[in-house]
Amino acid sequence: MKKDLGLRIAAPLLAIAFAMGVSALLLQVTGNSAGDTFRVIVEDGFSRTYIVDTVNRAAPYYIAGVAIAIAFKMNLFYIGVEGAYRLAALIGATVGAAVSLPALLHVPLILVASMATGALWALIPALLKVTRGVSEVISSIMLNAISLGVAAYMLGTWFRQPASQSPVLGTRPIDDSGRLPELNGLLRTIGIDVPDAIRVQSYVVVAIAVGIAFYVLIWRSRFGYDLRASGENPEAAAASGVNTKRTIVAAMVLSGAVAGLIGLNNIMGSGGRYTDVTVVGGLGFTGIAIALLGRNNPIGIAFAALLWAFMDAVGTPLANAGLPKQVTGIMQGITVLSVVIAYEVVRRIGLRRQAIDLRRSTEGDGAQPPPGHGPEVAPA
Amino acid sequence: MPAPTTEPAPSTELAVRLTNIVKRFPGVVANRDVNLSVRAGTIHAIVGENGAGKSTLMKILYGMQKPDEGTIEVDGRTRSFRSPTDAIDAGIGMVHQHFMLADNLSVLENVILGYEPRRPFPFPFLVDTGAARDRLVELGERYGMRVDPDVLVESLGVGQRQRIEILKVLYRGARTIILDEPTAVLVPQEVDELFRNLAELKQEGITILFISHKLNEVLSVADDITVIRAGTTVATRRPDEVDAHQLAELMVGSELPTPETRDSTVQPTVALDVADLTYRDPGTGKARVDQVSLQVHEGEIVGIAGVEGNGQTELIAAIMGLVDPTDGTIRLGDDEITHWSTRARREAGIGYIPEDRHRHGLLLDAPLWENQILGHQTRPPNAKGPWIDRSGARRRTTEIVEAFDVRTPTIEVAAEALSGGNQQKLIIGRELMAEPRVLIAAHPTRGVDVGAQASIWDQLRDARTAGLATLLVSADLEELIGLSDRLLVIFDGRIVADMSPDEATPEKLGTHMTGSTVEAGT
Repeated sequence: MKKDLGLRIAAPLLAIAFAMGVSALLLQVTGNSAGDTFRVIVEDGFSRTYIVDTVNRAAPYYIAGVAIAIAFKMNLFYIGVEGAYRLAALIGATVGAAVSLPALLHVPLILVASMATGALWALIPALLKVTRGVSEVISSIMLNAISLGVAAYMLGTWFRQPASQSPVLGTRPIDDSGRLPELNGLLRTIGIDVPDAIRVQSYVVVAIAVGIAFYVLIWRSRFGYDLRASGENPEAAAASGVNTKRTIVAAMVLSGAVAGLIGLNNIMGSGGRYTDVTVVGGLGFTGIAIALLGRNNPIGIAFAALLWAFMDAVGTPLANAGLPKQVTGIMQGITVLSVVIAYEVVRRIGLRRQAIDLRRSTEGDGAQPPPGHGPEVAPA
Repeated sequence: MPAPTTEPAPSTELAVRLTNIVKRFPGVVANRDVNLSVRAGTIHAIVGENGAGKSTLMKILYGMQKPDEGTIEVDGRTRSFRSPTDAIDAGIGMVHQHFMLADNLSVLENVILGYEPRRPFPFPFLVDTGAARDRLVELGERYGMRVDPDVLVESLGVGQRQRIEILKVLYRGARTIILDEPTAVLVPQEVDELFRNLAELKQEGITILFISHKLNEVLSVADDITVIRAGTTVATRRPDEVDAHQLAELMVGSELPTPETRDSTVQPTVALDVADLTYRDPGTGKARVDQVSLQVHEGEIVGIAGVEGNGQTELIAAIMGLVDPTDGTIRLGDDEITHWSTRARREAGIGYIPEDRHRHGLLLDAPLWENQILGHQTRPPNAKGPWIDRSGARRRTTEIVEAFDVRTPTIEVAAEALSGGNQQKLIIGRELMAEPRVLIAAHPTRGVDVGAQASIWDQLRDARTAGLATLLVSADLEELIGLSDRLLVIFDGRIVADMSPDEATPEKLGTHMTGSTVEAGT
């Protein structure tokens, strides 16, 4: 098993190295210096400012990756996370701004409102699938488009803060009691000094909590076992007593509920309201890449989210240095492609090893040749 | 069975000759010392038990697997096949047990798929449908297998599909055709039709390799019969030299399960009671299970014999709660469970050995201990409340590996890495260790080696002695006769015979299995 772990880590590392190689080649071909680019990435990327930026960006990526992974574990290609989180963030922000409560109630209320919205939104494709056999891929693509329109309409007409108060289209701001504190102070008490200008969002704590819940539910609970079994072999799962339809609905609703948390990092942070800046689009699709990169595994997704966020974060210093920041986007794409190939290669190597181990441990107890009757040849 | 009207001159030329073929796999039955000589223009049957190595041998001949040792000669020339394409080029075609046809294409399109004739210049990128059609019609005329080239395959029955598969290999120029268990999926009339077709093919000089474990069929249709046991060719006989019983003995060798010390352990309590159970196919409305009634007592093994596809699968699915029966009742002990969920039935004590372990019994990518949980994920030692008890599940798995002799280095390997026999032993162990009241065992020794087969039989007998009620469905008649306390025969969804194993013989069962009205056909 130790050997397998080494193999499993080797695969993504090789893929990243390969992606860097291809990117370097592209940089040289386009007349840019690969050396300069990678120096900026390493020197500035690992500076305090961009480490904080990376972690802040990684939190929603991680949650998006988990939301996708829950459905992937059930072999559902549910891509409605994109639509679900934007609608959920809008509802969460609106509910949060509408009430005035102590923090201990206010914060959970916003989280629950968003999760409930995401869950209900995911219930639509889930019910379509189990009652009418509609592919979740098709229905969730359509629902993504619908949710964007619905969210834009609701924001523009019902939930908007009056233009007289704010020129930017957005919801009303949430009271401080509904916002999560920044972690700069806490870090300072344990000896890590981050200037207040660089905000360390506490949403990373939410992401970690989601990761732990994800692991416990999927790998340690009976429900998680049923879900994984259905994903690996639906017919065997059904024969073992799993109610496949119910599990499909549960997996998608759960995925939607987690998706509801993706867009809240800025709403519950310094932004305080839903605008096109505080809730960026595309996280649901990025989540697919991250879940793939992290192999639907809670730790793997964490590394994938950090890597992705890091490559986003270094875009700024690259642009400041007059280097093409698009190279990080290219690296992200190549990494995903090569990781998928590397995992398959590693899986086959692992299987071959197991087969060899097996042969060694059972050497010589194949079926014995039958006694008596020597082989004969057909009559000529 | 229509006897060939004109016997072709016995050929002395060999169409296929295999010498000292050896094929090894880790831990599973392999071919060794396989010698086979097939005379050109004859029907040569290969018989053997499930798992004896018939399929592996045919895969070697068809280029799907490479032998480790030995030589293959076709029409007197030594050949080495790297792929089926090579075998097809050498004039060998194969009709698989499971047809490989595209439902949404026409007969003609299926036949020419991959071998489309091109139009002459200037349109070489277009398919010459006209020429293909002429060729297909001509083949059909010559071999007496007329088909409508333009009908969609999805609208055809099993027998017709098989004919198309045969035409497909003929179209590709095959002179030797391998038929893998061709009658397993056919109804008796279709079997007659197939045998008529084979006789015509033979007359036209085509060589047929006919794989089967149905002895009566083989005796009536073959010119030569080669018996395979435990991966080795043990004898070749002509049908006039042997009878079915002698063939059966050659097939099972010393492993012939004798109805030994049949001390009845049958107790008066009925554990499983199926009454007037009917299941209609939701698509066609045809009754796949038709008013089936049966009782299994504690300590009893009730065997169900039947040609595959006569309702066994649906009967089991209804008992397991995988399909909802149209009519009738199922009782487990005192509880009526007709409409219970599968999980409730599992929890109430029904164990299940599925007929296809890869499709219905295992998570191939998951470790053994997770596979051991499957079907028992709600009960100790695998679960504690809503949580999976990982240490309990691992402990149980280790016990099973030891008690049921599952050959594996650790319980952490993926189920996929185990041989078929060891996978099956794991499944048997997991079901029996859960101490069920009723066990549904479908083909419990299909595709496992002889050693594993014997140990699985012992386990089932021991469980019977301990009071387990077992419903055994099998295609292996010796297994059924050797294990069962009572034998039922299912035909076309109905139970058509009920006998004690003492009076049962493979011949007698075979007669019932094909429906008594068409007895003459077999």
